[in-house]
Amino acid sequence: CPNQRLCAAGAAPDPAEAAELRARLRSVKHTVLVLSGKGGVGKSTFSALLARGLAARDDTQVALLDIDICGPSVPRMMGLEGEQVHQSGSGWSPVYVEENLGVMSVGFLLSSPDDAVIWRGPKKNGLIKQFLRDVDWGEVDYLIIDTPPGTSDEHLSIVQYLSAAHVDGAVIITTPQEVSLQDVRKEINFCRKVKLPIIGVVENMSGFICPKCKNESQIFPPTTGGAEKMCQNLNISLLGKVPLDPQIGKSCDKGQSFLAEVPESPATLSYRSIIQRIQEYCELQHSQEEKII
Amino acid sequence: MESLTTDHNELPRVRYTRSLPTPVPPADSVIRSNLAGVRHVLLVLSGKGGVGKSTVATELALALRLAGKRVGILDVDLCGPSIPRMLRVQDSAVHQCNSGWVPVFAHQDKSISLMSIGFLLEKPDDAVVWRGPKKNALIKQFVSDVAWGDLDFLIVDTPPGTSDEHISTVEALRPHKPLAAILVTTPQAVSVADVRRELTFCKKTGLRVLGIVENMSGFVCPHCSECTNIFSKGGGEELAKHAGVPFLGSVPLDPQLSQSLEDGRDFIQEFPKSSAFPALAHIAQQILDGTPRSS
Repeated sequence: CPNQRLCAAGAAPDPAEAAELRARLRSVKHTVLVLSGKGGVGKSTFSALLARGLAARDDTQVALLDIDICGPSVPRMMGLEGEQVHQSGSGWSPVYVEENLGVMSVGFLLSSPDDAVIWRGPKKNGLIKQFLRDVDWGEVDYLIIDTPPGTSDEHLSIVQYLSAAHVDGAVIITTPQEVSLQDVRKEINFCRKVKLPIIGVVENMSGFICPKCKNESQIFPPTTGGAEKMCQNLNISLLGKVPLDPQIGKSCDKGQSFLAEVPESPATLSYRSIIQRIQEYCELQHSQEEKII
Repeated sequence: MESLTTDHNELPRVRYTRSLPTPVPPADSVIRSNLAGVRHVLLVLSGKGGVGKSTVATELALALRLAGKRVGILDVDLCGPSIPRMLRVQDSAVHQCNSGWVPVFAHQDKSISLMSIGFLLEKPDDAVVWRGPKKNALIKQFVSDVAWGDLDFLIVDTPPGTSDEHISTVEALRPHKPLAAILVTTPQAVSVADVRRELTFCKKTGLRVLGIVENMSGFVCPHCSECTNIFSKGGGEELAKHAGVPFLGSVPLDPQLSQSLEDGRDFIQEFPKSSAFPALAHIAQQILDGTPRSS
């Protein structure tokens, strides 16, 4: 195929473009991708809570970018449904949840909730590039990127475009069943192939405690040992396990922060500890780099 | 629309897949004959990932099989194929015959045949890191080169979204058969919002929507029988009403169902007393009622 080289992973973007991307992304200190081979495991929920958790400190500037072009969930989860992007002299302005938390998603560009984005790869890639190049993020401590499931156009493009900048690494989300893990292992192989560091794995929907009788059920049974076993086998850190909690879905639907709504629940505690581990990882990386420089 | 036969000479040289028997480029007549014995084509779609498309596709196939139908499944989720494991044929390989590729038979009586990229990977954990054009070429090949034989139903399991795989699948199949779609959602607003977009896709591409399935609808605690709506409740039914399409039913969260899919066991035959069974059987019945016997 004549386009084989273009299609292949990591094709170098043209130099002018790379310089433009680099200039724009220079103001971003840390970049974290949220990935999973499997859909519906909680990538957007986690991305939203990670952004909110990091932005809980007033002095931390956080940007949340949603590159799930066909199924953007971030606007609703952040309570920003129906918002539109504004154009300013320095590019597109993100939509702000708080002063220190800006969000960008294809959802802000659609005129009706019924609008489908029926696009093949190249158009999706073009929009992702625009999100990185044309959005005026300002000075950002953390750029969190929520992705669609799979290992295809969106993933290759974001990695390729970010090669002009510094990426701390990827957080991989899974649920405990093998049907999910088998796709997540593919995603891990993708990360290795494109040399994207893996910060760690989060096991979501890990057990359910009945609110009435307090007994635990494994709705999505870890028949092959769950994320724990997979992480051991692949030598990756398990950042934590988050149990199923009906309140998480409810908060997401209402666009509220689950962490703030139910601060004492086991799921909140687990999310908090995971967010802290990610923060420590990024800061450690940063200080090591400074030493090298 | 492009001719289906154009890219046979530039099929993806698939680096990540085991060496495949390269089928002879079939003439247009052969393509027609490979799908000629298929009576109904059902696409299982959802804008959202992880809502149970593969689960619904698998259980529907098993239920239709039990009703005496011959069923094939085409899995076009190229980056995350789940069906081979759900039918416990993940270690099988695809063979070649005169009219193309022989699908993998999932039941001893050969009543379910399956084609998936899962059978083409050298190692099960290999990532299929492909952009659109390669995915499209393989889907075209799946549509034209698989020798399905006589089938009452060909169920097509798709990845989430409204992008390359969906456009290519519809474009490749539509010239041969009228297509019908089943949409799967979970009850939460976040999922329903994506499925609304998928409905628009169906409308724009002229797919007949047989109905909407609401999956993961409530969980009955096995210890105290209390029902908890972990992912809310009723969103799928509301969407069906709003969009004016049939509502096919709510499938509850059922650990016996997830366990069966993990182990690749026939849930429909083994767990007729479980909480998800009546809903799945009812959905299959409506599919049988909604598709005319002679097409």
